[in-house]
Amino acid sequence: MNIVACVKQVPDTEAQIKVKPDGSGIEEGGIKWVMNPYDEFGVEEALRLKEKNGGEVTIVSVGPQRAMETIRTALAMGADRGIHICDPAFDGADAYTTASALAAAIKAIPHDIIFCGQRAIDDDSGQVGAILAELLGIPQVTVITKLEFTGAGVKVIRPIEGAQLLIECPLPCLLTAQKGLNEPRYASLPGIMKAKKKPVDVKDAAGLGVSVANKATIVKFVPPPARAAGKIICGDDVALKAAELARLLREEAKVI
Amino acid sequence: MAKGVWIVAEQRDGAFRKISFELAATARKLADQLGDEVCAVLCGAGIEGIAGQLGKYGVDRVFVADSPALEPYTTDAHALAVAKIVKENDPAILLLGASTQGKDLAGRLAGKLATGLATDCTDVKIVDGKLLALRPMYAGKCYAEVAIASFPQMASLRPNVFPATENPKAGAVVKFDPALEAGQLKTKVIEVQKDTSGKVDLTEANIIVTGGRGMKGPEGYAVLEELAAILGATVGASRAAVDAGWRPQSDQVGQTGKIVSANLYIACGVSGAIQHLAGMSSSKFIVAVNKDPEAPIFAKADYGVVEDLFKFMPEFAKECKKLLA
Repeated sequence: MNIVACVKQVPDTEAQIKVKPDGSGIEEGGIKWVMNPYDEFGVEEALRLKEKNGGEVTIVSVGPQRAMETIRTALAMGADRGIHICDPAFDGADAYTTASALAAAIKAIPHDIIFCGQRAIDDDSGQVGAILAELLGIPQVTVITKLEFTGAGVKVIRPIEGAQLLIECPLPCLLTAQKGLNEPRYASLPGIMKAKKKPVDVKDAAGLGVSVANKATIVKFVPPPARAAGKIICGDDVALKAAELARLLREEAKVI
Repeated sequence: MAKGVWIVAEQRDGAFRKISFELAATARKLADQLGDEVCAVLCGAGIEGIAGQLGKYGVDRVFVADSPALEPYTTDAHALAVAKIVKENDPAILLLGASTQGKDLAGRLAGKLATGLATDCTDVKIVDGKLLALRPMYAGKCYAEVAIASFPQMASLRPNVFPATENPKAGAVVKFDPALEAGQLKTKVIEVQKDTSGKVDLTEANIIVTGGRGMKGPEGYAVLEELAAILGATVGASRAAVDAGWRPQSDQVGQTGKIVSANLYIACGVSGAIQHLAGMSSSKFIVAVNKDPEAPIFAKADYGVVEDLFKFMPEFAKECKKLLA
């Protein structure tokens, strides 16, 4: 079975995000870069499928040079090869451009199952998987928490508001991973050593035959809306403080 | 030329999801600025009868595809149906809900229509005749203003943020044939396991009571469940509590859990790690209860109580019960 896992390098969840004074982007100094946590679930699931059913796992990433570290991390976890789509033209690429680049790279290799994270925790846009599936002309199931491979296809669990769906989908297909799908492994030391020798193809826009076609543009980055300073309810009597909070929520905030 | 503000309405089991009315009212506002009409697309089986309800929130026309192939929702069927009617009518703006279903559909449609999409927006407006969307990134650690160069300009709207203001219009029903062929429909829902607890999903909840590491264990949540039952709230959990196995993953609020936007968010024993704050700070009112006065959660709180939550929460529940009696 040929499995592809798409990964993105993103700032760690503990990172403070500061907008540049001119609003053109975020300050990248001091940020610790990691594999998008949702992509990690995808990589782990790809490796488990391979271990059970045989096959190969290819990691594909669009990103600047530093994204190679994330590809190497996935290879150290056990993936077989990588494709690094690296071109300054893709800096600030929107979901459509990113998906087009991924589609061009993935079309050229065999693929039965493609994994993406359900969203990247930097831009939170959650579109790349679906656009990629559309460009490849294959079905998608997004935000899955359980996967069973049935030979001809997959059965997956997709939680929605107030229910869980059991969905059947034939191969080839694209699945996006949600927390709960698995517990990703850590790369072992021998895995890290082996990863250094695994093949990674570096491709640029011209090599893939894709052009940058951004459809959505960030006009400007802005800090989050400021919240007015809050009130601290003081006192020694727990019951009085409880009564005061209830009163404020009822009379001032009008939310209960 | 692309014209009109369109929405994709969301229904389940023949009833509209609240987000549909939020979409309709928001679309009305935008359309009034543009001098355009508001149209909705509604897909499902046996749903023609409810279509007219959208008129109350400002929809002029509702395009209805009524077919057994459209129920329950699958990406394949709904994306084909919506793309067909949208392509035939060439709207300027297309809004969806940033619900689980809406986000799934929006991404696929953006691919099919080869257009730009701003996900999970908290504000949309018209500037120089074009859509300008405001959306959180990094789970709300910063925001971005997004413009879309292609048509339709797509945006998905965060549930619970936009008011469902009434503004009655015709809501005239126009049926259309989604022209689905069996060969195009690859995925199949084979089972729907409904959550019978009656718990409102965190992303749709008006009031959320969240417990963090300070709950000390799974049994600690009883005080929060008690309050939640009184207020009609949903109980959430921090990453620390979920990782400790105290609460299920579906309860997690934060950058790697659910990003919520409640009217009232009560954080108990939550220190306020940045990834948690990111996931809840678009809530309207935030209450923090923590015995550590230095906890970062207090910086985000509208009301803070420095107290042992196991002493405070039962008293607070009692007060709420009195008020709501």
